[in-house]
Amino acid sequence: MKANVQSKGNALLPAWRNRPLGVALVVLALLALPFVLAGAGTAWVRITNLAILFVLLSLGLNIVVGFAGLLDLGYIAFYAVGAYVYALLASPHFGIHWPFWAILPIGALVAALFGVLLGAPTLKLRGDYLAIVTLGFGEIVRIFLNNLGSPVNITNGPRGINRIDPVTIGDLNFARTDSFFGLAFSGPVKYYYLLLAMLVVVIFINLRLQNSRIGRAWEAVREDEIAARAMGIDTTRIKLLAFAMGASFGGVAGGMFSAMQGFISPESFVLVESVMVLAMVVLGGMGNIWGVILGALLLSFLPPILRFTVQPLQEYFFGRMLVEPEVIRMLIFGFALVLVMGFRPGGLWPAAVRKRSFSGSGGGAHD
Amino acid sequence: MSMLAVRDLEVRYGGILAVKGVSLHVDEGELVCLIGANGAGKSSTLRALSGLAENAKGGVIYQERDIAARPAFERARAGLALVPEGRGIFAQLSVDENLLMGAYMRRDSGINADRDDVFALFPRLRERRSQTGGTLSGGEQQMLALGRALMSRPKLLMLDEPSMGLAPLVVRRIFEVIRDINARGVTVLLVEQNAKAALELATRAYVMESGRITLEGEARALLNDPKVREAYLGESVAP
Repeated sequence: MKANVQSKGNALLPAWRNRPLGVALVVLALLALPFVLAGAGTAWVRITNLAILFVLLSLGLNIVVGFAGLLDLGYIAFYAVGAYVYALLASPHFGIHWPFWAILPIGALVAALFGVLLGAPTLKLRGDYLAIVTLGFGEIVRIFLNNLGSPVNITNGPRGINRIDPVTIGDLNFARTDSFFGLAFSGPVKYYYLLLAMLVVVIFINLRLQNSRIGRAWEAVREDEIAARAMGIDTTRIKLLAFAMGASFGGVAGGMFSAMQGFISPESFVLVESVMVLAMVVLGGMGNIWGVILGALLLSFLPPILRFTVQPLQEYFFGRMLVEPEVIRMLIFGFALVLVMGFRPGGLWPAAVRKRSFSGSGGGAHD
Repeated sequence: MSMLAVRDLEVRYGGILAVKGVSLHVDEGELVCLIGANGAGKSSTLRALSGLAENAKGGVIYQERDIAARPAFERARAGLALVPEGRGIFAQLSVDENLLMGAYMRRDSGINADRDDVFALFPRLRERRSQTGGTLSGGEQQMLALGRALMSRPKLLMLDEPSMGLAPLVVRRIFEVIRDINARGVTVLLVEQNAKAALELATRAYVMESGRITLEGEARALLNDPKVREAYLGESVAP
């Protein structure tokens, strides 16, 4: 195909290529990060790991909301599906102990299936109406997980599933501390590197998707569905694909959550979590992969930072704690959302209007 | 040869029958127009023909194939292009991207050349190629919608009110281009409220009134028909 597509999204990679020093510094910083954080306490490594999980979730939701323009308020259900698939296939609950590299793809697949299950009946809905149905879907999944403990015990109900296997690769057990090159790699540090690797893969897939034929079809559906159909786009398939792809990222993140926590229960997958992931996407910048990552990191790190600063600060100034960190968090969170929506409706780092142009030759980027 | 044959087409919105048994045909190479007042069912007919109407009944034979049950995207892929009412521009995409979307289903190597053709037809679009569709003027958007439809290399081009809300000079340019496109061998079905301009352009015409075809014939003959002159051209005809 002659027509080539160039866009800002694509241009990013060559831009990195031109700055090898900058890239090397970022990579070094990311690799050294867990050891720096471990100096402040292992808790911070765990917090970072959870933040990366939320980045994965946000990137998944961004496909549905940002790329295809389908408002999904029940996204956490796919996280739950992935988490439970992992928990059921790697815990004493059923006595099954499959390796994580086998379960994660299964979790992604099952989550994708649930994505289609949600997408199929809602194909004709948009905006608020779709939001209500997806909200209901999220709740249905959670309530099922809560109630499938009897008469046949599948999910162990509200008590959740315990003693979930950690990730193991060969002899490398992610729950234990190992030492390489004279450095101690604790469990969370190992998970950090695994999550970082996954994140790189997911970002790469997202960038490729955005500039693909499918990505353009999503944009067309988001902009004008009628016109998209008139262009020959099978909008049914392309919307289901968005749901399935978004869900599968949620499923993978859920599996990692299970493995890292070792315990899950329906309580982890409540509506507020869905809202939080959506807020990360919207605050960061719907449709812009880097904005979404920024939003997810900001909102993930805000609560722990407040937890570690609010109490000491208040005690220093007032001698005792007046306001709970949780209260302040919700206050700041709400205020930040209002400010961002008021002054930067596209998010902190909005999707740039991409200037795609045809170039005369070269391989087709859109097939 | 018949390009499109429609028999007893009915379109229903809720309980209301908007199109009440329309039959029409378009032969290959023709430029046929469908005129009528607001709410006569012209747009509904066009939507049904492109597969976008939910409740449509009746026979739609396109290039000797019955496509009445086919979804919109399949009809588009078979070369039946629609320039929808209100243009349906992808507002957040650039002019270039909009044109590229028009060629979405093509996998051949002529896309760049066709894009240059569109730019030759509408030099304004070339000037604005990296601007987003939403920032264009109404006339430019109509040009873009037309250009985008051409990018699919249609066999039958269906236009829904291309003159709507546009300045007379722009309308003239759009109609010139429609004539050019037709002269190049693309069959055109044009829905218009601007009856005079449409009848001057078309070879044949249908007049639609409250869901039914009430008159049909050579466009020139209809242009001189007293009933048409009075109802659609705003002329009072002496008794």
